[in-house]
Order: sequence, then C-alpha cells, then structure tokens
Amino acid sequence: MSTINQPAAPWRLAVPELLIGIGLLACAGAVAWQTLAIPVSPLYSKVGPTVFPYITMAGMVVLSLLLILAALRGGWQPEEEKETPTDWKAMGFVVAGLVANLALIQPLGFTAASVIMFVLVCYGFGSRHTLRDALTGLILALAAYFGFARALGVNIGAGFIENQLNTVIDAFTSTLGG
Amino acid sequence: METLGHLAHGFSVAFTPVNLMWCLLGTTLGTAIGVLPGLGPALTIALLLPITYQVAPEASFILFAGIYYGAMYGGSTTSILLNTPGESATIVTALEGNKMARSGRGGAALATSAIGSFVAGTIGTLGVAFLAPVVVKFALAFGPAEYFSLMVLAFITVSAVLGSSSVRGLTSLFAGFVIGMIGVDLQTGQPRFTFGMTELLDGVDVIIAAVGLFAVGETLYMASRRYAGKDEIVPLKGSLYMTAAEWGRSWKAWLRGAAIGFPIGAMPAGGAEIPTFLSYAIEKKLSKHKQEFGTVGAIEGVAGPEAANNASAAGVLVPMLTLGLPTSATAAIMLSAFQSYGINPGPLLLTTQANLVWGLIASLFIANVILVILNLPLIGLWVRLLKIPAPQLYAGILVFATVGTYGISQSPIDLVILYLLGAAGFLMRRFDFPTAPVIIGMILGPLAETQFRRAMTISNGDWSVFYTHKLSLTLLTLAFIGLAGPHIWAFIVHRRRRGPEHVPGDA
Repeated sequence: MSTINQPAAPWRLAVPELLIGIGLLACAGAVAWQTLAIPVSPLYSKVGPTVFPYITMAGMVVLSLLLILAALRGGWQPEEEKETPTDWKAMGFVVAGLVANLALIQPLGFTAASVIMFVLVCYGFGSRHTLRDALTGLILALAAYFGFARALGVNIGAGFIENQLNTVIDAFTSTLGG
Repeated sequence: METLGHLAHGFSVAFTPVNLMWCLLGTTLGTAIGVLPGLGPALTIALLLPITYQVAPEASFILFAGIYYGAMYGGSTTSILLNTPGESATIVTALEGNKMARSGRGGAALATSAIGSFVAGTIGTLGVAFLAPVVVKFALAFGPAEYFSLMVLAFITVSAVLGSSSVRGLTSLFAGFVIGMIGVDLQTGQPRFTFGMTELLDGVDVIIAAVGLFAVGETLYMASRRYAGKDEIVPLKGSLYMTAAEWGRSWKAWLRGAAIGFPIGAMPAGGAEIPTFLSYAIEKKLSKHKQEFGTVGAIEGVAGPEAANNASAAGVLVPMLTLGLPTSATAAIMLSAFQSYGINPGPLLLTTQANLVWGLIASLFIANVILVILNLPLIGLWVRLLKIPAPQLYAGILVFATVGTYGISQSPIDLVILYLLGAAGFLMRRFDFPTAPVIIGMILGPLAETQFRRAMTISNGDWSVFYTHKLSLTLLTLAFIGLAGPHIWAFIVHRRRRGPEHVPGDA
C-alpha cells in the first residue's frame, strides 16, 4: 500500500477503524447473548437452532480481532478517503429528513411526510430552491403513491392529502359514471 | 438438439404481447437505473418485489431479467460520459471510455460498448441455454453435504476472493448471516435474534435490507462526500457509427471479453468485476495501439471489458437457475422472488418450471435486441437523464425507499430498521466494506444452514460427511485455497523480495 514511503511508525493507531473492530466485537457479544436465549429442545441436541449462530459468532470474533489488529497497524482507509472531510451539515439535513419522515408518516400520511423529507434532503445536498423542491417532492410523492404503490398493490398509509385526492377522484368518477 | 426445442418453446412463451411488454418495460427501466448513479439493479428489483403477488412468475422474471441486463447497458453510458461508474461492473469501462469521450470519440465508445454488450450478451445467453442442462445433470447427484460445501465455496469466493480485502468481505458476509437468522427458525419454530420484539419474528425483509444498504446508505455517503470533487458530463461528440478500423479493433475484443466473462460468471464464484479487469489487462497487452491506453482512450479497452461484463452477467444465471446459488446481490434478490412464489431454484427447476426458465432465457435474447436499439439510436434520451441534479435525485430515491419499505406492513418499526441498516450501509461504504455479501449472506445463509442441518441429520450428527464425500471434500478444499491461497502466495513473494524480517501488512 502507500506505507512504502514511511517505513517507520508501523503502529499508527487508526481510531475510526478501531471503533469499527470493537463495534463488531460488541455485535458478536450480542449474537452470543441472543443465542444463549434460544431455548433448545433436547430432541434437537445434535444440530439444533443454535449451531449456526455459534459458528457465526465465532467467525465474527475472529474477524473483529483481525480488524482491530489492522486498525492498530494504521487502518485500511485509502488516503483519498481520509483527506476528504465529511460534510456533517449535509448529512445532518439528510438525517433530519429521514427522522421527520419517520415521525410524520403516521400522523400526516405518506405524501406530506415525503414532501418534508424531500425538501430537507434537497437542502442538505445544496439545493436552495426550497419552494420548487417542495413542488417537485409533492409531484413525485403523488406519482409514487398513485402510480407505483397502486400498480404494485402496495398499501401505504394515507394522510389528509391522499384522502382529499381520493374523495375528489371518487367524486369525479361517480359523476362520470352517473 | 433438445435445448433448441426447449428454446423454441421458450420463445413461444416470451413472444406473447404481454410478456414482450414486460420485457420492454424491464429493459427501459433497467437502462434508466443503470444510467442514474446511485441506483442499481439489486435495489430496483428489491423495490419491485411486491409485484410477485400480482402477476405470473414468467412476467415478473422477464421484467427482472430485463432490468438486470438493462442496467449493464445503461451503466456503461454513465461510465463513458460521466467517469462515475453507474455500476461496479463498469468501473473499467470508465478508464478508457471516458478518455475516449474527452478526446471527442464518445460516440464510438458508446457504440462499441452497446454492440459489444449485445454480442457478448447473446453469446452469454446461448451459454446459459446450453450449459444449464449440463450443470443440472451434475447437480442431481448432489446431496445436502455437497450443497453445503458448494455454498461455502460460493461464500468464500463472493466475499473473500473478489474484493479488496478478505477480512472485510467476510465481515459483510457474517453480518448478512446474522440478519438472515433473525426470526423464527423454520425447523424448530424457535425465535432467534428477535431481542424479544414481536415485529422481528417474521425476520428482516430482503427489501428493507437492500433498500437500507443500497439507497439510504448510498444517499448518506453521497451527502457526506460533498467536499469531494465533482465529475462533469462530457458532451456527446462524434458519430455513433464506428469506422471500419474501429470495427476491426472491436470485434476480437468483444469475443475475447465474452470468452473471459461467461465462464467466470457461470462458476459458483460470480462477480462481474474480475472478468472486466482481466479483459482490460489482456486487451492492453494484445493491443497494437498501446500508446492510446490511458491517454486518448483505446477502443479495445472499452469493447473487451464491456463484453466481459455482459457475458458474466449472463453466466451468473447458470448457478442461480440450476443450483439455486446466487453469486451477486441482484441474483440473491431474484432468488428471494423465486421463494416468494414458493418455487425452489435447483436442478429440478428446468423440468418443473420449464415454461418459466425457457421463457426467461428466450426473453433475454429479446431483451438484448431491445437494449441495443434503446442504447444506440435513443442514446440522447439517456444522456438527458444524466442531467438530473443530485439533490432531487437522492431525495427522490429516499421517497421510493419509503414506499418500498413502509408499503410492506405500514409499520414505522420497518422504517427504523431501514434507517439502522442505512447507517450501517453508510459506515460500510465509508470504510470500504463490500455490501453485496450482506445480501448474499442474508439470502443464502439460511439455505446453507438448512443443508447443513439436513446433512448432519442424515449422518446422525457425524461431521465427517463433509470430508468423506469426495465431491464435498473437493469443494471445501477449493474454498480453503480461495481463502488462504492468495495470502500464502503474497507471503512467499514478499519474503523473496524483501527478506524474511518484513511483516506482511493486512489484506
């Protein structure tokens, strides 16, 4: 790799990579805890439902130790990735959009929640035409709701926008039919 | 000869107006998502999985296969004009293709990649039609122990051999195993890894996993990387007609690419990246125009890898249809579509579902014809698609991600799981963990477990079945070589070059 120019310092600790290794070790711990919680019937003592989970756990422990070792040796991130600073503000807006969607989808319905998410994500990615984004989001969400969801027979939560439109469409079709 | 009869029957299935419409829809959609960065065939097919409740299996698989092939064509357009590979399998196409576009030969690059894709895709599909029945004859002799060992081999190759690091690839695979085990154990009825939540008893839907990793994770990653340089679209210049010299340089590269791509795709190893890299290296070595490589762009460097990528995409269908062994994320999601119909892909599929399999293979030939038309005369349409600005594109992807996830059971818990997996997908993308092994591990892990337990039940708990059966032993040995071989080799080379005191770095 790129360590050829710096033969000294073989123990440059890479903190993010170390955290990932430790995180994986913690996951292996959670797997062990959940595996112990599986009640095993004595009838299945040979290859019951816990054999594969234990194999998986063992694999995860080995892999996390290898990752921690790699982190102690300086990590594995390419230089280019390290040098590009993370745009926390952009990510923050995207996360805010996702959280808003999660919080609002039940009270407001899919379309309204999607429009709010759309605007926040667009803002995060640097778009400053909020009103235009809201309109685009509304059209896209309605297209997704009436086209995609209905065509696939998927039922997504209807809110006030969908209900209003459904009433309008029903009224329209009934006047046409009548 | 038998195969030709089956194929004729397949065409009678695929040539019905309804199925032709599905094929056209799939190829168009596939090209579109192939062109758009951030959207791939695995994600698209996952989002469309609910369609399996609505239409016949023939129709949905013709649709999915059209998307799968279409994405391969569309991805090369993005690679050539934007230098951002639309798909991982078109990374190499970007090397020479973008150079060609910059030196005003973008038209020829697009033409050689579309025609090369057609040639190799057709050869590959023929390969599927003739090889599948042969593999089936082999596979009928497989018992649970052999199946398990074959799956181990596939696990090793998809995660450890084909990637930048075997440790990180295997980590992804094991994460997939854990996700796949969540829910009720089918053999004993015991809940596993549910953390006491009733919502998790049904397991994590593959739609949520694919959408979380590929859509939410990718969007978060792109948002975090806004300080990285932006690629600009090279305006399409140059005629789409290739000169005689360009044809002369392309056709051999297409055939060589197809000859490399199909066998690698058809092995239970899969992966479309390796054959493209191999083909690129070979074309560079054989070319009489070496000075064009990396400078103005060499047409062989586009033609060969593009052909290899499409032929290997076709090859991946062989283990998928004959053994039920998916070796790419897209194939794994297609396998879950089979499961949703209650169909078990395996050696019996070709006889029990002859309509479906041969109709699907025939539709792939039709898809190739449609795709070469969609991607050459209509190329201007797709170039316009590239101009969709990133904010609206990624916000739109998240809206569709919500539809796909929330539509499953209208449960906000699903959205929570989606976002957690999205966060994991972001970290994986940021720290160079491959995401495809997660999906493969999640789908194939439970199947491997079933075969493992079946083998152990038959042998009465005796582990030796896995190494006393000759075929099983061979497969496991191959898997071990795949895992350890490169390290041992690197160690030997290292010692020879640097002397014994130097410690080899991580993989």
